Amino acid sequence: MKNRKPMSAETLYKIFIFVVLIAFAVTIIVPVGWAFLASIKQNSEFYGNPWSLPKGFHYQNFIDAFQKAKMGSYFLNSVIVTALGLAILLIVALPAAYVLARYRFRGRKILNVAFMGGLFINVNYIVVPIFLMLVDVDSLFGRSILVNNLFVVGLIYASTALPFTIYLLSSYFATLPKDYEEAAYVDGSGYFRTMVQIIMPMAKPSIITVILFNFLSFWNEYIISMTLLTEDSLKTLPVGLMNLMKAQNAAMEYGQMYAGLVIVMLPTLILYIMVQKKLTQGMTVGGIKG
Amino acid sequence: MDKQKGRGRFVALCVAPAAILFIIFMVIPTLQVFWYSLFKWGGYSAEGKVFVGLQNFQKLLSDAKFLKSFQNTVLLIVLVTIITLAFALVFAGILTREKIKGQNFFRVIFYIPNILSVVVISAIFNAIYDPKQGLLNSIIGLFTNIKDNPILWLGNQKLVVFSIAGAMVWQAIGYYMVMYMASMSAVPESLYESASLEGSGRIHQFFHITIPLIWTNIRTTLTFFIISSINLSFLFVNAMTNGGPDGASEVFLSYMYQQAYTNSSYGYGMAIGVIVFLFSFGLAAIVNAVTKREPLEY
Repeated sequence: MKNRKPMSAETLYKIFIFVVLIAFAVTIIVPVGWAFLASIKQNSEFYGNPWSLPKGFHYQNFIDAFQKAKMGSYFLNSVIVTALGLAILLIVALPAAYVLARYRFRGRKILNVAFMGGLFINVNYIVVPIFLMLVDVDSLFGRSILVNNLFVVGLIYASTALPFTIYLLSSYFATLPKDYEEAAYVDGSGYFRTMVQIIMPMAKPSIITVILFNFLSFWNEYIISMTLLTEDSLKTLPVGLMNLMKAQNAAMEYGQMYAGLVIVMLPTLILYIMVQKKLTQGMTVGGIKG
Repeated sequence: MDKQKGRGRFVALCVAPAAILFIIFMVIPTLQVFWYSLFKWGGYSAEGKVFVGLQNFQKLLSDAKFLKSFQNTVLLIVLVTIITLAFALVFAGILTREKIKGQNFFRVIFYIPNILSVVVISAIFNAIYDPKQGLLNSIIGLFTNIKDNPILWLGNQKLVVFSIAGAMVWQAIGYYMVMYMASMSAVPESLYESASLEGSGRIHQFFHITIPLIWTNIRTTLTFFIISSINLSFLFVNAMTNGGPDGASEVFLSYMYQQAYTNSSYGYGMAIGVIVFLFSFGLAAIVNAVTKREPLEY
């Protein structure tokens, strides 16, 4: 009898926190799940009770989104910009992070401080001057070269992701023992070969983290893309979804809008389910993000 | 000698591309924000640029819309930071300290909002906040009759900022929770065991062991929280309300963007940019100084 009282308080506490956790989980699962269901509803179904289940699988929404709303070509643009951004970022950031972490040279301190300072500058603070700079260059040539250019957007994504990426990579490179490089030099391997063949393979886990985080931020980004890609055929997915959201208010094309939403969200969700462990573990290495 | 030269060349080759891109796309635009803020400049042509000193800043002080955006930004930073940190810390504390079934499930689910695009979240929250067919109003409708007088979550000037704060908190909790979980799990179990032997309860342990020991981490996240809140409030406002109704939800960066990009008042917009820079760094420095404690070792 005596033991029962603290036990039940304990159980009560456990039940309480369990309920709180479930409640918050529900606030995430229900809206996201609801959006999935909404994407297969017919337009007429949006006027009744919002909680009613779809009457059937109205996949026409997705066809409309892909063709009429051009989400198909926006999807391709998003893939191109994201892939370009990631490729440029890795090619530029990996050697820089490696050298900054493991070589002593003049100017190293300044560079480290500068990149650290860059962590505090958000892209959206400086999007207007970047736009003006590109317009200025374009007006020198008299035609649009840099504005409405997918490569330039990829380049800007990569450049503005440099501080975070270099910070994350060099803190990883700094933990590797020096012996590997020394052994490689003794074997007559050059600086470049040592970096590519010995060090890069060892940095694989942090490279994967970098790819994951930057994939998400490039894929989801929309302010830069909205500002610099004004031509309709060059828009990216999130901007396309923004258009659908605005059009939905006027034309009441709900189904198509939610289909577009699913198209933007699905790749990130699939990636997340596949790599969620790596992603949340990787956070502890970086610790920060804009 | 030859080796020295090769080493120098290797270092330069590795660092130069990153440094050049960083200078072109981050350093120069940042300096330009400060420089352009001293000009009256409307339109694309360079002829329209007139040096006016600090006049743009003077104008800002009497711009009611700017003051509203200032107020909203501060409100959002304070509100979102406090609510998010409280929830994130408590959830992280529960998930690391308690043996709960489905611990991993909760961690995975709570992190989902962080991987979604702000545009996606905004579309979802538009559906939640919709006055007629919205999820939130339909739930409230179960308890009281609001059919004739629906709550305009995004259409009411007084309510709109809080509705946006709701979406921002929803998005951020999981991210900070996972971050705190990582540092909390590094706190040695023995500390909690000896505290339990001395009869200290869970809540006491949370405030006297967990929080002090991860304080450094909390401080770092606070600094970045300020910058990311300024940024995210812009993204949400841009996608959800576009500053409306009637400028009631305008924040720093949305107003800057509107002035500079939509309105083509570049100088004036950049003056707002300067305020954003000074404000966020100043606030980060103040928070950093106020939260300074002797670091605890464990």
